[in-house]
Amino acid sequence: MKGWMGKFKALFLLSSLALFLTGCGKENLTALVPKGYGAKSSMDLIILTTVIMSFVLLAVMIFFVIVLVRFRKKKGQEDYIPKQVEGNQTLETIWTIIPIILVIIMGVPTVIATFDLADASKADEHINVDVTGNQYWWHFDYGEDEFQTSQDLYIPTGEKVYLHLKSSDVIHSFWVPSLSGKLDVNPENENTMFLEAHEEGVYWGKCAELCGPSHSLMDFKVIAVSPDDYEQWAKDMNDFDPEAKPKDTVAQEGQELFEEKSCMGCHAVGSSPVATGPNLTDFGNRTKIAGILEPTKENLVDWIQDPEKIKPGNEMTGKYPSLSDDEADKIAEYLLQLKPTDVAPESASK
Amino acid sequence: MSVAATQKKGFGAMLWDYLTTVDHKKIAHLYLAGGGFFFILGGLEALVIRIQLIKPENDFVSAGLYNEMITMHGTTMIFLAAMPILLGLMNAAMPLQIGARDVAFPFLNSLGFWLFMFGGLLLNCSWFLGGAPDGGWTSYASFALTSPGHGIDFYVLGLQIAGAGTLMGGINFLVTIVNMRAPGMTYMRMPLFSWATFITSVLILFAFPALTVALFLLMFDRMFGSAFFDVALGGNTVIWQHLFWIFGHPEVYILILPLFGLFSDVFATFSKKRLFGYTAMVFATMLIAFLGFMVWAHHMFTVGLGPVANSIFAIATMAIAVPTGIKIFNWLATMWGGSITINSAMLWSLGFIPTFTIGGMTGVMLGSAVADYQYHDTYFVVAHFHYVIVGGTIFGIFAGLHYWWPMMFGRILNETMGKITFWFFLVGFHLTFFIQHFLGLMGMPRRYWVFLEDQGLDLGNLISTIGAFLMAIAVIVFFINIIYTAAKGEKSSPDPWDGRTLEWAVETSPPPFYNFKQLPLIRGLDPLWIEKTEGKGKMTPAEPLGDIHMPNGSILPFIMSIGFFIAGFGFIYHGDHAIWYLALYGGMALALGCMAVRSLKDDHGFHIKKEELEREAD
Repeated sequence: MKGWMGKFKALFLLSSLALFLTGCGKENLTALVPKGYGAKSSMDLIILTTVIMSFVLLAVMIFFVIVLVRFRKKKGQEDYIPKQVEGNQTLETIWTIIPIILVIIMGVPTVIATFDLADASKADEHINVDVTGNQYWWHFDYGEDEFQTSQDLYIPTGEKVYLHLKSSDVIHSFWVPSLSGKLDVNPENENTMFLEAHEEGVYWGKCAELCGPSHSLMDFKVIAVSPDDYEQWAKDMNDFDPEAKPKDTVAQEGQELFEEKSCMGCHAVGSSPVATGPNLTDFGNRTKIAGILEPTKENLVDWIQDPEKIKPGNEMTGKYPSLSDDEADKIAEYLLQLKPTDVAPESASK
Repeated sequence: MSVAATQKKGFGAMLWDYLTTVDHKKIAHLYLAGGGFFFILGGLEALVIRIQLIKPENDFVSAGLYNEMITMHGTTMIFLAAMPILLGLMNAAMPLQIGARDVAFPFLNSLGFWLFMFGGLLLNCSWFLGGAPDGGWTSYASFALTSPGHGIDFYVLGLQIAGAGTLMGGINFLVTIVNMRAPGMTYMRMPLFSWATFITSVLILFAFPALTVALFLLMFDRMFGSAFFDVALGGNTVIWQHLFWIFGHPEVYILILPLFGLFSDVFATFSKKRLFGYTAMVFATMLIAFLGFMVWAHHMFTVGLGPVANSIFAIATMAIAVPTGIKIFNWLATMWGGSITINSAMLWSLGFIPTFTIGGMTGVMLGSAVADYQYHDTYFVVAHFHYVIVGGTIFGIFAGLHYWWPMMFGRILNETMGKITFWFFLVGFHLTFFIQHFLGLMGMPRRYWVFLEDQGLDLGNLISTIGAFLMAIAVIVFFINIIYTAAKGEKSSPDPWDGRTLEWAVETSPPPFYNFKQLPLIRGLDPLWIEKTEGKGKMTPAEPLGDIHMPNGSILPFIMSIGFFIAGFGFIYHGDHAIWYLALYGGMALALGCMAVRSLKDDHGFHIKKEELEREAD
C-alpha cells in the first residue's frame, strides 16, 4: 500500500512544483490567461469542465483507494472465497444517471458558446480583414482600406475584428491563444472568425496544422492598439507612397537593388493585390524577421542570403540571384527604414 | 502433421513451421513478435522526438526528418504495434475462451498476419529509399499531396496492405464467435474479452473500409493524376478528413475495447469475484462502439463545419462518458468485497484505472467544442490521447501479456522484473505526459519541430523528455524479462491463477494444438469457476472422444503477401521508370496466382485419429 501512495504523492508533488515554476506560461502567448473574447469564452468552459471532471476523478480515486486498502487478500485468509455478486441495480442506475446529468450541465453552455462564437451576422458593421495562410507566412488584407500587411496584424482593442481565412496552398490553422481559439485555414473555402482584444498588447500567433518542415516557424503577431492609434495607423498605411526615396544613400542603393534583384517580383512595398511573398510596406516596424528572428540588421542579412537555413522548405530560396554581403546589407538597410507610421508594436504596451 | 511433430525440432523446421502455420496460437506468437518489433521501432522514434524537444531551438534532427519521425511514430504505434499485438492476444485467447479448436478461417488468419507484416515492412523500407512519409499519421490531404518524394506513397501502399490483413482478422473473429462457440457457450456466457473481440471485430468491419477508400483516393491523386483532394482542380481536402476520421475514431475504440474486456477478466480473476454487472458491461461496450461511429467530427471542430455540426458532435462525444463511467465503476465494484491478489498483471490493470480516468476526463473536456478551439492540435491533445492509448491499450497489453504468458508459452513472467517495469513505466508515463496538458494550453502546438526560447515552454519539455527515458528503461527491463523467462522462467501449470474461464481449462500449458480433446460443456458464466465450486473441478466433455478435423498448414499466405509487397514497390515507382511495371505486374501475378492455387486445389485438412488421442493420454 505504501508503494502506491508514496509514488503517487511524489508524482503529484513533482508535477505541482513544475507547474508552480512555469506558472501559467508566457503572458500574451498562453491560453490560460485569456485577454480576448474568444479566449475568455473557451477558458470559461475549460474551467467548468475541469472542475466537474475533477470531481468525477476524485470520486473514482476515493472508491479506488478504499478498494485497495480494504479488500487486499489478507494473511491467513488465502482460501477465502468472496461472495459472488452479480450486480446491484440501484448502484448501477446511480452511476448511469449522475454522469448523464453532468453531461447536460456541460453540454448546454457548450452549445450556447459554440453558436455565440460562430455568429458573423454583424460582420459588416466591423473591420474585416482577409487572412491568407501561406507556407510559411501570413498575409493580411484590409480590403476596404486598400492596404495590406504581412506577419503583424494590427487591430483596435475593444472591438470585434472579423477575419476571413483562406489558404493559398495547404491547410494551416490560425491560432492566437491569448485572444481566441483556433480556426483552420483551408484552401477550398473561406472560414470566418473574429478577434476582440480586451487590452492592448502584442499577442503571439501560431500555425496549428502541420503544413511542412517549417510548420513550427510560422509564427505571427496580433498587435492590439487603442482605437485612436489604430485609426492613425490605418491612415498612415493608406497614405504610404511607395515611390518615396529613403533619406540616406545606402538605403537608396538598397531600394534600387530591391528592384534589380527581382525582390519586387514577389514582395510588394505599398498596396498591391498580388501577394506572392509577404508585403513589406511596414517592414521597419515588424516585431520579428520571418516571424521568428529578432529584427536586427545582421539577422535580416542572414535571412536574405540563406533563407533555407532559417526556414527549411520556404518558397523564397532560389527565387533570386545570389547576393554579395554588400548588396544584402544595402537591401537590409532599405527594408529596415520602411516605417510608414509611428504606430509600432511599442504603441501597444504604453 | 501429427501430434509427434509438435515435439522438439531443429531451427529450420521451426522456421518452416511458423511460415506455414495456420494454428491460432502460433499466429498469436507471430503477431506478438511482429508487433513487438515495431513497438521497439516506434519507441525509438519517440525517443528521437523527445531528444529533439529537450531544449528550445534544438537541432538534433532536421525539420524534414523530424516530421518523418512524428509520422512514423504515430503510424507505427497504431497500425504496426498496438493493432497486431491486440490481434495476437485475441488469437491467443479468444478461441480458447469460447471453447473452439481454432478460428473459423485458419488460412485467412495466417494471410492476415503476413499481409500486416509485409505492409509494415514496406512502409518502413521508405527510411532507406529517400525518406519516410512526413504528413503526420493523419496524412491530411492538402499537405500529403504536395509532399515531395515517395514517402507518402509508402504510407498509402503500406497501410493498404496492412489494413487488408486487419480487415481479414476482424471478419475471421466475427465468424468464429458466431459459429464456433462450444456447446452451452451462449452469447451472454462469453467472457468479456471474447465479447470485446466480437464488438471490436464489428468496428473493424465497418471502419476499415473507410480507410481503404481514403487511401485509394489519395493513391489515385498522387500516382494516377486524379483530383479528389486537389483544390486547384476542383477537389476538396475536407473529404479526406471526414474519411480518415470516420475510420480513425472507431479505430481508437478498436484499440481500447479489447483491453476493456481483458481488464474485466483480470479484475474478476484476481479478486476471486464474478464480474459486477456483467450485462451492463456488455451493453456499455456495445454502446461505446455504436457511439464511436457518431463522433468522428470532434476531430474536426476547428475545420469550420459550423455551429450545428459542432454542437451535435460535442454532445455525442460527451455522451460516451456515460457508458465508460459505468465500466469504471463496475470494475471497482467487482473488486469491492473481493480478495485481491496484486501481481504484475493486476498492477497494470490497477494502474490503468486512474490513468485512463484522467484520459477520459480530458476526453470529455475536449468534447466541449469551444474549449477544443484552444486544445485542438496542441500538446493537450497529445497528452490526452497518450493517456487513453498508452494508459488503456499499452497498460492493457502489458497486463494481458503477464496474464496469458503462462497460457501462451508455459512459463510465468518474472514477477520482480514485472514490478520494476510497471513502476518505471507508470512514473515515466505520468512525468512525460501530465505536463503536456499544460504545455498545450501554454501555447505549444503539436508537431512542432522546435519551440522557441523565452516562451515559457522549456522546463515542461525537459521533464517530459526525462519521463520518456524512464519508460524506455521499463521497456528494456520487460524485454530482459522475456529472455530470462524463456531461459530460466518458472514452469507453469495450465491454471496458474485459479482462473475462471475456459482458457485455463486446457490440459497442458501451452495448450495442445487442437486445444480441447473433447469440447467442453458450458454451464454458465465463468464456466471453469462453476465446475470448481459446484462440480468436479474440471470441465465436463460435451462430446465423446472422436477424430479431430484439423486444417493443413500452407506457405501460400506468405508467398501471396510477398507478391503484394513486390507489387507495392511497382505501384510506388511505376511513374519513375517503366521497368517498375515489371514489379507491379509480377507481384500481382504472384499474389493472384497463389489465390488461384488456393481456390482450385482442394485441401481437406487432416484428422487426428481417436486412437492417437487416447495414446497421448497415457
